Amino acid sequence: MGEVVLRLEGITKNFGALKANENVSLNLEKGEVLALLGENGAGKTTLMNILFGQYTADSGRVEVFGKTLPPGMARAALDAGVGMVHQHFTLAHNLSVLENVILGTSSLWSWKLRYKLARQQLLELANRYHLKINPDAKVSSLSVGERQRVEILKALFRQAKILILDEPTAVLTPQETESLFETLTEATEQGLSIIFISHKLHEVMKIAQKVAILRHGKLVATKETKETSPNELAALMVGNPINPTAVTKRESGPVLMELLNVSTDTQHQSKGLQNVSLRLCSGEIVGLAGVSGNGQTSIADLVAGLITPSQGKLHLDGKPINRWSPRQSVLSGIARIPEDRHHAGTIADFSLTENSIIERYRDQPFARHGWVNWQAAVGFTQELIKQYDVRCPGPDTRIRFLSGGNMQKLILGRVLQNDPRVILAHQPSRGLDIGAVHYVHKELLEARQKGAAILLISEDLDEILKLSDIIHVSSEGRVSPPFQRGKVTPTELGGWMSGAAFAKQESMHAS
Amino acid sequence: MRLEVIPHPSLSRRFLPPILALTATVFIASFLAMVAGGNPFAVLGLIIKGAVGSKFALLETLNRATPLIFTGLAVAVAFRAKLWNIGAEAQLYSGAIVAVLMGTGALAWSAPALIPAMIICSMSAGAMLLLIPTLLKTRLGVDEVVTTLLLNFIFLLLVSLLLEGPLKDPMGMGWPKSARLLAEARLPRIVDGLRLHWGFGIALIAAFVIWIVNIKTTFGYAMRAVGYNPEAARYAGMPVNLIMTQTALLSGGLAALAGFSEVAGLKGTLTLDLSPGFGYSGIIVAMLALLHPLGVVVAALFVAGVFVGADSMSRAAGVPTYLADIMLATALLLMVVAVLLTKFRIMRD
Amino acid sequence: MEILEIFLTASFWTAAIRIASPLILATMGELICERAGVLNLGIEGIMVAGAFVGWFGAYIGMGLWGGVLLAFVVGMFLGLLHASMTVSLGLSQHVVGLGITLLATSLTYYAYRVALPEVTSPPKIEAFQPISVAILAYIPILGPAMAEQTPLTYLAIATVLITSFVLYRTPLGLALRAVGENPSSVAAQGLSVLGLRIGAVVVGSGLMALGGAFLTLSAFDSFFFGMVNGRGWVCIALVVFGAWKPHKAFLGAILFAAFDAFQIRLQQSTIGADIPYQIFLMMPYFLSIAALVVMSRKAEVPAALMVPFYKGER
Repeated sequence: MGEVVLRLEGITKNFGALKANENVSLNLEKGEVLALLGENGAGKTTLMNILFGQYTADSGRVEVFGKTLPPGMARAALDAGVGMVHQHFTLAHNLSVLENVILGTSSLWSWKLRYKLARQQLLELANRYHLKINPDAKVSSLSVGERQRVEILKALFRQAKILILDEPTAVLTPQETESLFETLTEATEQGLSIIFISHKLHEVMKIAQKVAILRHGKLVATKETKETSPNELAALMVGNPINPTAVTKRESGPVLMELLNVSTDTQHQSKGLQNVSLRLCSGEIVGLAGVSGNGQTSIADLVAGLITPSQGKLHLDGKPINRWSPRQSVLSGIARIPEDRHHAGTIADFSLTENSIIERYRDQPFARHGWVNWQAAVGFTQELIKQYDVRCPGPDTRIRFLSGGNMQKLILGRVLQNDPRVILAHQPSRGLDIGAVHYVHKELLEARQKGAAILLISEDLDEILKLSDIIHVSSEGRVSPPFQRGKVTPTELGGWMSGAAFAKQESMHAS
Repeated sequence: MRLEVIPHPSLSRRFLPPILALTATVFIASFLAMVAGGNPFAVLGLIIKGAVGSKFALLETLNRATPLIFTGLAVAVAFRAKLWNIGAEAQLYSGAIVAVLMGTGALAWSAPALIPAMIICSMSAGAMLLLIPTLLKTRLGVDEVVTTLLLNFIFLLLVSLLLEGPLKDPMGMGWPKSARLLAEARLPRIVDGLRLHWGFGIALIAAFVIWIVNIKTTFGYAMRAVGYNPEAARYAGMPVNLIMTQTALLSGGLAALAGFSEVAGLKGTLTLDLSPGFGYSGIIVAMLALLHPLGVVVAALFVAGVFVGADSMSRAAGVPTYLADIMLATALLLMVVAVLLTKFRIMRD
Repeated sequence: MEILEIFLTASFWTAAIRIASPLILATMGELICERAGVLNLGIEGIMVAGAFVGWFGAYIGMGLWGGVLLAFVVGMFLGLLHASMTVSLGLSQHVVGLGITLLATSLTYYAYRVALPEVTSPPKIEAFQPISVAILAYIPILGPAMAEQTPLTYLAIATVLITSFVLYRTPLGLALRAVGENPSSVAAQGLSVLGLRIGAVVVGSGLMALGGAFLTLSAFDSFFFGMVNGRGWVCIALVVFGAWKPHKAFLGAILFAAFDAFQIRLQQSTIGADIPYQIFLMMPYFLSIAALVVMSRKAEVPAALMVPFYKGER
């Protein structure tokens, strides 16, 4: 057994009635990769926030290299040699790579920023770990993969001996993930110890030597990867296994919506589309895979009516659309499940009733001559609550008090209630627990059975492979040709995700 | 330190913090009164007596509350939609200018025709005035706080210009004031012999109407949706910019009514000191009312009472009237903290 | 021709820099707050308080520099009040800022009345006198105008240089620029987001108060009601105009002041005689609005401006 570099002992943390962590103890040994496995909401992030001093534990202690850290001080963990790469990067976009790296590394009250020395050190580190980076580039100009490199370099620059990575592969292509794994292997060989937080079983099996599984805030088991299997881990992670959703074969019907050579302008952070063609047929789920930020948001916004094509055409039922807006999209019978249910999908301070009618508040039966018919609205909401099993005190509850799963159920009910012909499902299961994910999948498949044309956009390749009849991949605003279910491997899809296959296709066209 | 939402606040949780805030305000005011050499009990007593102690005082308070209800409603409507209209002062003066333009002889109409016309035109003027910053905000992304604030200064200068030029009262003996409104253009008194004009009645009606609009109509629903979360409103297909613009028109119109009612109801003429900051006090009124239209009436009465009471207290006790402004600013700041505490617990990490 | 000649006189530029000085001080204060992610609408009231307190310090015999120091301290105190509500509790920066302005203004007027109950006309003090710094005269264009100013103007110019230096050349400035853009970047590196923001608002508010004190200790020699007259709001426009960069905001203030000095001279010229003086007085406000409109499109707003930060949240 190697030297224990990090020890968590009996960590307990409650948020009100919620037990985020309950008596969790963990050991990390020198030079090993320990995977922290668990569903969303299992308490992984809270545990790391405690280790990192963002939260103070109700009880328990954190020990790094044999020394107990004072609770609630981010500085203490950093100084002890713990570095963290957060799931959502903590970079200031207006600053350069170098500035982000040296931020906070010298006393705030010193007179000088030692740029020159720091640049040299940074380049040395980049060299040693094969992390290519331009120190003077502004972070806003970097790709997601490059930003993650900056995050890792930030930790290494502070001479971190323990590296914590929170869902680091969520934003990477399979190829980028490979290269990250190489970096991590390299790092452990040089004596670093790593905690790798994930809910992806095959990755955990591949990179980690030891796996700690969290469920509902409790540590349920610690296993050697050599002595376990993905199936066992899945069972431990979920508790009671859920039968996988069965997908029955179905003949597809007529084309309901079609994008013909559509291009759009770049919107803020999201990539514009370049000459995209997509076809949504009745009774078919079309899956759009890809790393986030590669044009998915533009396609979703286009279908939802938030943006219009700068070139190309949008057809509904075979007819071109001229006027296009969110309102038009709703009126055309498109059910829209937005990516961000907290900001785009619901109004936190509105009641369930007010949220239920948000798309139809000026239409019959919810409005007449400018007056809201609250009686009809409440009735509708009660119906949704019953039919879609929304767990809540009642229709008057403010929606901010609902769990993500129940919020999503209300959104599903709201848009699926009158059998829509086209469904846009943008990351419909992100951040939900497995039960709710299962529910969302079931509803989508039911809608498919009823003949809806469904566009499923997801970063989770497993989800896409499981549900889709047709698969497309988006990369840098382009969309791959369609692949039939079962006729394509994840590796091939990875080639499209990284953009390599697009280049190949173009050179083939050129010759 | 961290804030944690309280899902079901208890009765004491909901009412104790605001009560404590008001109590603390009274304590601070007492302390300041002592600093100025007054007896705190006497000073507070004089304020209350000056506000509600006699029929005259009470009527004075109601009169003072009238423009505050209008500006309070204007701010409440705008803030609810997250439109930061700090320009009620300018909108008030725009309404007053229109009242003078129409009511000093330009139109030889009878009262039943003239007064509604004046109301409509005043409101339009205020609405147009707020439209400019709103369009700059929705079209060009210009922050409306600064533009509406700066328009206040521009409008005060405009009024000064008008009163020394085109609108100057020829009989005014050199004072910068407008001619008096014709009798047909004046708002009548609610009860003969009592110094309370119909502006107060209109203000109450306005508050009631806004309340109904807020909770019963699709426009009110959309206004609240846009204020809480414009992104979700847009996603759901609401015309966010249009609703924002309509809100601005309503808000500007309400603020202009304050100017109309002061000129046509109370003063009968336009002077440079028509408004001692009613536009700014409207912000305090709206915040104390938690942006609730009916709450605005209560808050306006309270604020008016403090002002009127402090005026008479100052004459009797020699403590400066600015004590009233301090009390209200303190109440505003303590109230936003109190409201936070009714919804959140402050926890350690 | 007469109009253009105005720009060529040294006295014109001397006046412009004098008019610009309080704006420069307060604008730097606001800029520091906003760079850290906090919109400080308390600026107008803090300037009023600074104007009175600075003057009062001198009036009761603390000396001119004593008054300056007192104003700075009072400004910092008001900033602490602002920050504890907007930064620590995350309350609306709009409401709290306006509340601070109302509170600071009314407290100031109250204090003036209580401290000087008998006066009818505002008492005067011996204000700062211009000192000549011959070396500055060698700077091209503005040099001669800069060489004949009061010490507080030199302090204002020094503030720009110091702000610029701290923001771009020191670890503290780096942290400030980061905290206004993405507070988690600062939190993840073990620095205190709340500490940085509170510090920025406190120091920034101190500078705003100095801007106010300039009016009573240098531009005029007494305190009167309404003397700040919207200058604070103009400073907020100047921060936007300067794209949140100290040197650009400084140039903006000089331009604005030059325009102001120009309209004053125009009023007195033969051309201005027929135009109501109010038109001239409106111009600076119109100019501010115009500046906002022109600059708002391309401005690089600090991404986290007006976004409160809660620990552990990303």
